[in-house]
Amino acid sequence: MIRLENLTKTFKGQKDPAVEDLTMEIPEGEICVLVGPSGCGKTTTMRMINRLIEPDSGKIFLEDEDVTSVDSDQLRQRIGYVIQQIGLFPHMTIEDNIATVPRLLGWDKKKISDRTDELLEMVGMDPADYRPRYPKELSGGQRQRIGVARAMAADPSVMLMDEPFGAIDPITRSRLQNEFLRLQADIKKTIVFVTHDIEEAIKMGDRIAILRERSRIAQYDRPENILLAPADDFVANFVGSGASLKRLSLAKLSDIELIDWPTADLDTDPDQVREILQRSDRGWVLLLDDNRRPQRWVSSDDLEDDDEDLSRTGLRADSIAHPDTTLSAALADMLTSDKSSVIIVDESGAYEGVADLETITNATKAMRVEARADNGHDRDGLAETGTEESEESGGRLKKDDS
Amino acid sequence: MDLFFTYLQFTYEDLLTQAGEHALAVGVSLVLGTIVALTLGCLVYQREGSAKVAIGITGTILTVPSFALFGLLIPLLGLGWPPTIVALTLYAIFPILRNTVTGLRGVDTAIVDSAQGMGLSRRQRLFRIELPLAAPVIVAGIRVSALILIGIAAIAAGVGGPGLGEGFFSGLARIGSATALYLVLGALLAVMVLALLFDIGFLVLKRVVTSKGIRN
Repeated sequence: MIRLENLTKTFKGQKDPAVEDLTMEIPEGEICVLVGPSGCGKTTTMRMINRLIEPDSGKIFLEDEDVTSVDSDQLRQRIGYVIQQIGLFPHMTIEDNIATVPRLLGWDKKKISDRTDELLEMVGMDPADYRPRYPKELSGGQRQRIGVARAMAADPSVMLMDEPFGAIDPITRSRLQNEFLRLQADIKKTIVFVTHDIEEAIKMGDRIAILRERSRIAQYDRPENILLAPADDFVANFVGSGASLKRLSLAKLSDIELIDWPTADLDTDPDQVREILQRSDRGWVLLLDDNRRPQRWVSSDDLEDDDEDLSRTGLRADSIAHPDTTLSAALADMLTSDKSSVIIVDESGAYEGVADLETITNATKAMRVEARADNGHDRDGLAETGTEESEESGGRLKKDDS
Repeated sequence: MDLFFTYLQFTYEDLLTQAGEHALAVGVSLVLGTIVALTLGCLVYQREGSAKVAIGITGTILTVPSFALFGLLIPLLGLGWPPTIVALTLYAIFPILRNTVTGLRGVDTAIVDSAQGMGLSRRQRLFRIELPLAAPVIVAGIRVSALILIGIAAIAAGVGGPGLGEGFFSGLARIGSATALYLVLGALLAVMVLALLFDIGFLVLKRVVTSKGIRN
């Protein structure tokens, strides 16, 4: 856990503070993303946690220990640090890079060597192959993996990551983000993650702190709440117009209620299928094979000829999705499918339900209501946020007058 | 030409002794100069003002004509080796200092930042990260100093110092005589060979101090 209390920092030669009276708490084991426009003080805030920048006033707590004035080098050895430029030591091998902090801490050789292998495997790189290599012999993505491995070498409980995937091509970035999220699910570090990219914030964050100038918190909440119930215009603007669509990438088909569509076996008598169609108001029946795998969509029009072979009539049941598909991916599938819907199947491919555009709309409505309720609740709990906001608007008014 | 080689046959032992002394004077001064310049460089490279002053002063020393500097040192240190070593050391400082400052400043700030963020102390950052990365540039500075010193050391004979300057001075003193030219040519040849050997030495040194990870 990290707690920042009333942190303030004004750089030499600047009138306005870069960070002003910032108080926030980052819960154990979560990724907290600091996001905001450039110059809002997010990096300064992060660098005050490991005291690369010393605050003018305020306190920093790590696991309830006041670290505001402990030895800064020793403090940093307890905190993982990853930056955009990675900063691997080019004159050292991958092994030596990773071993840096363990050596500072005086671990014995065997332990360091074992840990190096473990970390390389964890980031998906073969130890025997990569240990003796130099950073220049690696690709950008591999360097970033080593950067993360090096930061985790001494198993710090807290990690600071400053735009760690910022300088990497979009495809590799997305892969590294996914890898890191999988890793984090196991290691559960407390992570402060700085980015200017709201998409990345939404993807990576358990919590997002949207910062405005002087590192003042505009909203500190779960990503879904920020998307659906932005605290004010600043947040709404920052999140952008695609907020609802972004929200869809956070929810999965398994999170929403599916339609229980009428189904029939492929070898059912066409008359029986007509009967099912009459009883339902859906207009279509989904035909399943012996293993309950979706095969065809059939409407009453398709059943006009009595001798129709059910396995060839109607529409092919494409757009199949698994429950862990995100709503945004499902939506994309719907838009390209003939039936404007997706069929959800389990691991074995057996039918579970159907989702269509209406399902998604209903789900987002429900989410919005939920987020608003949450938000109201949070505001009551955090009186500080309230006062800060009123000061903010007061300040703005004054400026307008002059 | 044949006569010159005959001459060399009779005098090569003297030449070798002088060359040895020459190399020793240059080597010792180079080591001393490197120690001074490296220390000074590490102290000033982060402070713009101090670095300018240090580079300015040592640069000015390099513009003092060597004869004048040797002459100035005689009242203080007498003749022979002491003024030679002191003068050569003073001349050695500037190129090494300038390259040390350039080299240390040239280290990628992201690398230094990540080192600091990982908890390396000021001293550890300097010795484990910055100096190793600046090493090729620093060695290049030492090499320049070495070449300058090999030339200047020849003047040391003017204050009774050691080295190959003896040949030049004697040669000049008996201009017109049969051996005058040979004396100068012999010493010149030896200086050139010495310079070549030093250069080879620095190529090897540069390779040794440059980590595989930062070689081109």
